[in-house]
Amino acid sequence: MQKLPYLHETPSQTAGPYVHIGLAPGAAGFDIYERELGHDIAGPHAKGERIRIEGVVRDGTGSPVKDVLIEAWQANAAGHYAHPEGGGAVEDGFRGWGRVITDFDSGAWAFDTVKPGPVPGRNGKIQAPHITLWLVARGINLGLTTRLYFDDETAANASDPVLNLIEWERRRPTLIARRVAGEGTPLYRFDMRLQGEDETVFFEI
Amino acid sequence: MTPAEYYQRDPGRHPPALTPGYKTSVARSPRFAPISLEQSVSEITGPVFGHGDLGPMDHDLIKNYAKTGDPVGERIIVHGRVLDENARPVPNTLVEIWQANAGGRYRHKKDTYLAPIDPNFGGCGRTITDAQGYYFFRTVKPGAYPWRNMVNNWRPAHIHISVFGASFSQRLITQLYFEGDPLIPLCPIVQTIPDPDAIDALVARLDMNASIPLDAIAYHFDIVLRGRRSTLFENRLEGN
Repeated sequence: MQKLPYLHETPSQTAGPYVHIGLAPGAAGFDIYERELGHDIAGPHAKGERIRIEGVVRDGTGSPVKDVLIEAWQANAAGHYAHPEGGGAVEDGFRGWGRVITDFDSGAWAFDTVKPGPVPGRNGKIQAPHITLWLVARGINLGLTTRLYFDDETAANASDPVLNLIEWERRRPTLIARRVAGEGTPLYRFDMRLQGEDETVFFEI
Repeated sequence: MTPAEYYQRDPGRHPPALTPGYKTSVARSPRFAPISLEQSVSEITGPVFGHGDLGPMDHDLIKNYAKTGDPVGERIIVHGRVLDENARPVPNTLVEIWQANAGGRYRHKKDTYLAPIDPNFGGCGRTITDAQGYYFFRTVKPGAYPWRNMVNNWRPAHIHISVFGASFSQRLITQLYFEGDPLIPLCPIVQTIPDPDAIDALVARLDMNASIPLDAIAYHFDIVLRGRRSTLFENRLEGN
């Protein structure tokens, strides 16, 4: 019998506890690269609302995952990704990608960006503004993908094709960041739970 | 428009989330199944990097943190290609690596192993694949080290590798092991992968032809990312 000509994807292995050495050496405690990647998601010229998102990732015991590393991927305010197939031009310096490091003592993390616009979905549908998040850490064998939506986008969220794909309606709020009242840069809170009560919905993409 | 999707992952080739032999996975593995998404623009795009992002020495771990001389250890070259499942090269993609020094110690404020830090070794590097998907690093061979799982577990010598590909759905972090290492079959992290053939894909081969005589010995390691479907455009298959 003939063999198909395809190769097999390389298997994943955990990023381990020292992932920061490779992807964020400053956080590991040393200075090596002229420029670390992923610190500035939106760049100085991005249009739209400047926002801050903060949270904690918790494990099945409810303890903070202090060594998690998160990557964020998002469109700009016009709904364009910084990619050849991203739907249109982006502002100079807008990358839409970032690396988010925790505070090693508390597990708290935060990042600054602009609020993304809605982006096209499949078959002519529109997806509500969202940020794709990818989590790696010791004990995570294959990076976990999820999405962050915004609680002040009620109508867009209600018609979002991905949120609506989640059969268990009571799990959908695990993907929705809550706007925190206060002065200054608008702040959203987004806690994730790897396991247990209110386990975050993760996606196979 | 509905974009051309990447082939779905083969779960038999990847470790499941819950692998009790690797204890840390027990409390960090979701209990619900992930929800499978048909890909949209959010999944078929991903960050793009260029040479302007990197410094000229970033791929040379022997020199990129050297202070008073070269680091201690066996000088090695790690090289290979980044391909997709259609066996096509993945050009211009960012490859990042990190590793312990020759004594098995990481330069990380959370590593407390008694082997010493090497003042001339940082332990990280990065490069961008060329038009043929080729990449190249120079480093020292990392040492094995003990870790807290069962009391006498040792990690085989390994290098962590992070690759982006052309989209977020190709994003991958893995570990490279070295041919002939007797610790590979004993390692609970290696053994999270159920398929022995898939484990073999993580073992770099000694490559004498690429070694530099009287200087550095080489290991060859190809990385395969998910392949992509052809776009159906009218009656013609595009992208092949």
